Amino acid sequence: MQMRSIEIVVGAFMLAGIISLAALAIRVSGFNVGTETSTYSVYARFENIGGLVNRSKVSIGGVVVGRVADIALDPETYTALVRMEIDSDVDTISSDTTAAILTDGLLGGKYIGLILGAEEEYLSNGDEILDTQSAIVLEELIGKFLLKKF
Amino acid sequence: MLSRLRRIGQYSLVVLATLGRAGHIWWQAVWRKPQLRNLPLVIKQIYQLGVLSVVIIVMSGFSIGAVLALQGYNQLVKYGSESALGLGVALVLVMEIGPVVSALLFAGRAGSSVTAEIGLMKATEQLSSMEMMGVDPIQRIIAPRLWAGFIVMPILALMFSIVGIWGASLVGVDWLGVHEGAFWSAMQDGVDFKSHIMKGIVKSIVFGIVVTWIAVFQGYDTIPTSEGIANATTRTVVYSSVSVLILDFFLTLVMFSF
Repeated sequence: MQMRSIEIVVGAFMLAGIISLAALAIRVSGFNVGTETSTYSVYARFENIGGLVNRSKVSIGGVVVGRVADIALDPETYTALVRMEIDSDVDTISSDTTAAILTDGLLGGKYIGLILGAEEEYLSNGDEILDTQSAIVLEELIGKFLLKKF
Repeated sequence: MLSRLRRIGQYSLVVLATLGRAGHIWWQAVWRKPQLRNLPLVIKQIYQLGVLSVVIIVMSGFSIGAVLALQGYNQLVKYGSESALGLGVALVLVMEIGPVVSALLFAGRAGSSVTAEIGLMKATEQLSSMEMMGVDPIQRIIAPRLWAGFIVMPILALMFSIVGIWGASLVGVDWLGVHEGAFWSAMQDGVDFKSHIMKGIVKSIVFGIVVTWIAVFQGYDTIPTSEGIANATTRTVVYSSVSVLILDFFLTLVMFSF
């Protein structure tokens, strides 16, 4: 084969490699370039976070409005302090909102569901949601049921 | 007893000397300023090792993706969680099967041909006549093949993964009827670029280095007879397959403990 056509085929091969990488990044991992949405942080304390992890979803009425950014143990109260990053275009979350840790389907991952309150004052960066519901741990529930201690 | 000990000692000295020669080739071929005038040789080798392997990579990737989707679906549908099919197939392909199987195929398809080619060059004294003419065979023959192997392997692994995911989506979504949105969104949710795809790429780069190094060295170090070339080619495929599989375990161990 001529050197020139080999060069062209090799170029096409390298291009195919780059396209595969781009396809993997965009289509498979949902990597979006440059559209880093601005967010603000809201805190919430939970007795038990169950299987909540970093990057778990935060949703209102099933619509994802943010992600869990950080989970830490408060060394004074021994409760889990969860930092959520909420998209800044969702800026009218009332200050008496309830945050509950819910499960996505029977086997799915944990996520935080926000149930909005009625207060006209809104949460801003660094605020804390005071009304929280911990994750339901299935084993505890079954244990209570077996001991008939509701 | 003493003679057995002596044989063990002799054998380990042979192994050490072989490792030393392999390191020497590496040193001479790679740890030197790459010469730009050898670029056409590298391009020719990328064609030989990479472009000609595309067909086998694409066909294997497609069948493995399709079979993963079929098997995964049959297990997942029992728990009603077939929407996780896309995620499972993508993770398995990107992190494990893509790099490993394409490295095995690369060893069989390209590594063996490199060994046989260099071995025959040595047997017909082309290498030594090159030296006589003042051309360094390591710079002219060995280095371009090594560099081409390093470049080609990650590209082939990426192609393998993407074609496999495409095959899985054909079987899972279009044939078995997994919901299309759930298939892709579960995948995009669970697969992370940095912690999954990058690790797969790092793996494939390491495999590319190991496989080409073994292939080139076995060819260069062959006993210049027809039997020697046959043995060297066999050794290339066996050694590189085994070291890819063993390395895969340790790479996974190291990468996922961070």
